Amino acid sequence: MNERLKRTPLFEAHKQLDAKMVPFGGWEMPVQYSGVIDEHVTVRTKVGLFDVSHMGEVEVRGPKALEAVNELITNDLEKAADGQAIYTAMCREDGGIVDDLVVYRFSRERVFICVNAANRDKDFEWIRAHCASGVTVANRSDEYAQIAVQGPNAEQLVSRFTDTALTSIGFYHFAEGRVMNQAAIISRTGYTGEDGFELYVPSGLGNELFLALAQRGQDVGVKPAGLGARDSLRLEARMCLYGSDISDDTDPISAGLGWVVKLDKPSFIGKDALLRVKTEGPAKKLVGFEMEGAGIARHGYPIMVAGQRVGEVTSGTKGPTVGRAIGLGWVDARHAEAGTELGIEIRGKLIPARVKKGPFYKRAK
Amino acid sequence: MEKHFPEELLYTKEHEWCRVKGDIVTIGITWHAQDQLGDVVFCELPAPGETIKAGQTFGAVESVKAVSDLFSPVTGKVTERNDDIVESPEGLNEDCYDDGWMIRVELSHKDELDELMSQGDYLKFLEETED
Repeated sequence: MNERLKRTPLFEAHKQLDAKMVPFGGWEMPVQYSGVIDEHVTVRTKVGLFDVSHMGEVEVRGPKALEAVNELITNDLEKAADGQAIYTAMCREDGGIVDDLVVYRFSRERVFICVNAANRDKDFEWIRAHCASGVTVANRSDEYAQIAVQGPNAEQLVSRFTDTALTSIGFYHFAEGRVMNQAAIISRTGYTGEDGFELYVPSGLGNELFLALAQRGQDVGVKPAGLGARDSLRLEARMCLYGSDISDDTDPISAGLGWVVKLDKPSFIGKDALLRVKTEGPAKKLVGFEMEGAGIARHGYPIMVAGQRVGEVTSGTKGPTVGRAIGLGWVDARHAEAGTELGIEIRGKLIPARVKKGPFYKRAK
Repeated sequence: MEKHFPEELLYTKEHEWCRVKGDIVTIGITWHAQDQLGDVVFCELPAPGETIKAGQTFGAVESVKAVSDLFSPVTGKVTERNDDIVESPEGLNEDCYDDGWMIRVELSHKDELDELMSQGDYLKFLEETED
């Protein structure tokens, strides 16, 4: 029961910044600093800092590293360029999602994979067991502190800490460079729906960098942000949370992640099962919905149509930027059409909601 | 809002407070409850005329990140509801004791008040439950 919680390399910084810490998937993490809504709005309008060091990093190297990793993922690393990152699912033979990942293509011989915190060990074992021989698979999770700098002012802030020309790093591209004079991976990625960077730096630099970003970014409105804002931001941008919206028991096509499933690839683990889902059509689908009555849907609440239970909510909150209650949930495929009226059962009462296609929030480009 | 727990109120282990005036009990949530929740974005309360029972849920408050059930400290009929708080639940983070009151209840069993904590007992309870 009282298993000791793991701490990220940024623990001291969180203490200094007076974060409220909570247990999260075996980690002691900051849930908020100034307040969830304030942090959420800061990321949408200025820039926020997140400690995402609990995420894991797995590196695959060898003459056929790219081919080996491409066999494990549903998206196609052959179509990416060196210096490009791709979002993907990694599936089991039956199509169930082992994890959703960001995969970095350094070269054909070097591939770097960012995995979800709760899946660190599972993923490392999976990748090691399923990678073709002739490549080395290293779990490098403890070597990195990872800081996400997210929001319209992110580029301006990060540029104060590196000589790397950030304007030349496109969305979902990355560069190796130096941050505070130490080797870093500077990646233009994120989980908020905003522009921004994820900085992979040596774990020993974590506290110093996080505090320096917080201090030297005050003129651009920076604030540290916790898991609370991270969740409301990603949900407004309609990004899935592994373990909540997607899992081993769900496949990426039914989950609306068909855009990262490249069935024209010659082979990858899970391809046959996913082809079947594609041909036969999903039995259940993950849909987004907006509440039309007063109430907030939460994980586990029943979804009803005409008195029948047709699904279950997997994520829900009141979106601070969209200004209304939104959520994701699994429903029988025949109720997944955009515009379909659903009832969410909240504390015994049925509150109307409507299926919505696409993100709830999209930043102006 | 400063951390405070008014002396004249009675308290529950679920972090509700009661202000007793004759047979009428005003109910709300404590500073600790709103602090634990963070930014409150939704508040559901029973309408006047409904009956609530001691120890059972009578409503809910929600922040961006979590739901928290409200447990009734007493049994009785709701006589008033603070619709300002239902409309603008963020008010609970600004003033949870005066403007942030939730409902008024006509007490059915006066002896239920004996089960509630004084301010001193509640402060001790908070100390014991915080690590």
